[in-house]
Amino acid sequence: MAGKTLYDKLWEDHLVHQEDGASLIYIDRHLVHEVTSPQAFEGLHIAGRKPWRVASILAVPDHNVPTVADTQISDPISRLQIETLDKNCQHFGINEFGMHDIRQGIVHVIGPEQGATLPGMTVVCGDSHTSTHGAFGALAFGIGTSEVEHVLATQCLLQHKSRNMRISVSGSLQPGVTPKDVVLAIIGEIGTAGGTGYAIEFAGRVFESMSIEGRMTVCNMAIEAGARSGMVAVDDKTIDYFEGRPFAPTGTLWKDAVKEWKKLYSDEDAVFDLEITLPGEQITPLITWGTSPEMVVPVTGKIPDPETMPEDKRESALNALSYMDLDPETVVSDITVDKIFIGSCTNSRIEDLRDAAAVVKGRKVADNIMLALVVPGSGLVKRQAEQEGLDKIFIDAGFEWRNPGCSMCLAMNDDRLEPGERCASTSNRNFEGRQGAGGRTHLVSPATAAATAIAGYFTSANLLSTRLH
Amino acid sequence: MRKFNLLDGLVVPLDRRNVDTDAIIPKQFLKSIKRSGFGPNLFDDWRYLDQGEPGMDNSSRPLNPDFVLNFSRYKGAEVLLTRSNFGCGSSREHAPWALEDYGIRSIIASSYADIFYNNCFKNGILPVILKENEINRLFVETLEIEHYRLKIDLSEQTISLPDGDHLKFEIDTFKKKCLLEGLDDIGQTLKHKNKIRDYETHRQQLKPWLFLS
Ligand code: SF4
Repeated sequence: MAGKTLYDKLWEDHLVHQEDGASLIYIDRHLVHEVTSPQAFEGLHIAGRKPWRVASILAVPDHNVPTVADTQISDPISRLQIETLDKNCQHFGINEFGMHDIRQGIVHVIGPEQGATLPGMTVVCGDSHTSTHGAFGALAFGIGTSEVEHVLATQCLLQHKSRNMRISVSGSLQPGVTPKDVVLAIIGEIGTAGGTGYAIEFAGRVFESMSIEGRMTVCNMAIEAGARSGMVAVDDKTIDYFEGRPFAPTGTLWKDAVKEWKKLYSDEDAVFDLEITLPGEQITPLITWGTSPEMVVPVTGKIPDPETMPEDKRESALNALSYMDLDPETVVSDITVDKIFIGSCTNSRIEDLRDAAAVVKGRKVADNIMLALVVPGSGLVKRQAEQEGLDKIFIDAGFEWRNPGCSMCLAMNDDRLEPGERCASTSNRNFEGRQGAGGRTHLVSPATAAATAIAGYFTSANLLSTRLH
Repeated sequence: MRKFNLLDGLVVPLDRRNVDTDAIIPKQFLKSIKRSGFGPNLFDDWRYLDQGEPGMDNSSRPLNPDFVLNFSRYKGAEVLLTRSNFGCGSSREHAPWALEDYGIRSIIASSYADIFYNNCFKNGILPVILKENEINRLFVETLEIEHYRLKIDLSEQTISLPDGDHLKFEIDTFKKKCLLEGLDDIGQTLKHKNKIRDYETHRQQLKPWLFLS
């Protein structure tokens, strides 16, 4: 018999019951935020039900929160949504990091930061980027609001097992190439539907040498490749990362947990339904040019010509170029930018901020940039960055240093693009209107966003230094 | 949950691939704490010429005459015909809520994003998967024939075309049963309450660190 994949192991460990091909899967950790939970709580109230295991739930407001210090939420509808979360958490006794808690932040940043999401867990949240938590050998995926209610009421979910895919990135990365570029390269390769129906394991030398935060960036965007979950096997780095985190076990429990976590990898003879390999050396700093995350080109490249594309891609490409107001064959570094956004659950952790700050240090944001935002992923990331003096570097360069939240990743608060504005963004979605109606989003790494802020046009950190020397 | 069995519905063709959930229901409408009322804002950015905000009187907003949902011949459509990877992007169930509220009972596409696909079933919407060539044919016929209707039979897993032809579609047994019977998922799962308890107790003994807080 063939060995098991990491996904097989996680799945079997959580299987409660099977019926008609559907499986009842036990959920260890349920993360909750304000946007996708009110209707689920309302459903519980109406049916007279209670959460099955309150201690499994951790709640935080993030999508709607303002990122400017000491402001009240001006939009009454946003305010009501956050107050509704507060009220529901109070009512059921759910642990919530409220808006003014130092631990507040983007749900996918605070979970691992607190050790509230751990290796071997099933982690769900009413948010598609829950795939982030697969970075440390957890089975993590986004769910809809009906499923949020289902998990609240039963601690379980009805699921169908996905197929297994392994994406290996071999060799090593060139200097200046970051995890964001790796995941953009992967999505560019397999497309936004390439992972549909699969659980993706990211493997190979590049992932072995990647930090846990870098792995989170990659797993975060597994959903952008169509996969509900992405994961990386546990190694020593994973275990080091969790030691001492507030919700992590201690003492003998820690030792027992580590013993179990060390089993979280794919057996050597495990069979994957699909295997894809990319050579790490060939990945360069990338940027999206269109309205789908699969539309990527190197920062040193040109906007592609739809006429040269296969027929099934041509029309989407033409639509995208028209929305983005770009012509085929335009050199990417000839495109000027209006706004910069460094943040989101993809790229707002301390390593991301360090990467960006290293590029920005001692330089000034270009005059044509109207707004350059840095939005840390959590209050604790923000504090850490301030202790390292990163805030000063950003502020001196002309960036705004904000409070944590989703912010301009989806523009549910006041941070947004105006129609026609072009943004270099470290977030994960470049859909039409995502960052504000009519706004034009180019997805990049923190280093590229920082370099672009300084240059005023798209450029990578490497190119920026050659220009200045 | 709403049942789905037979539908004889007018078809509206949305000829785009990768229609994402931000397009189906833009984020500003996600601030609502209700489950209903999203229909007027379905495809808001494409459907209206102005910028939509929650609380607006949608009936007085300028419609985009070029957007297919606004064509009078598709008024009252219950079947949305579209292309591959429909519903990609976020997990927002507001997307099927908006489709349902608008009156869409079934979607026909060659593929869907996973989370969206699941969310449809929770809201009594049947997402049908057909092959690309079948989808192409339906697009041609919908454009050529005014008031083009399809009969969708879930228990038989067939779609009947106006010319008498039938197309078969596949669907998972469990999902089919839930939709046909309008079963409440939570109620179904709670039938296994004891099994869940047993699993949980066992797990707590085996891996107590998962139950710390
Ligand atoms: S940062 Fe963006 S992608 Fe991440 S949870 Fe918030 S809105 Fe979603």
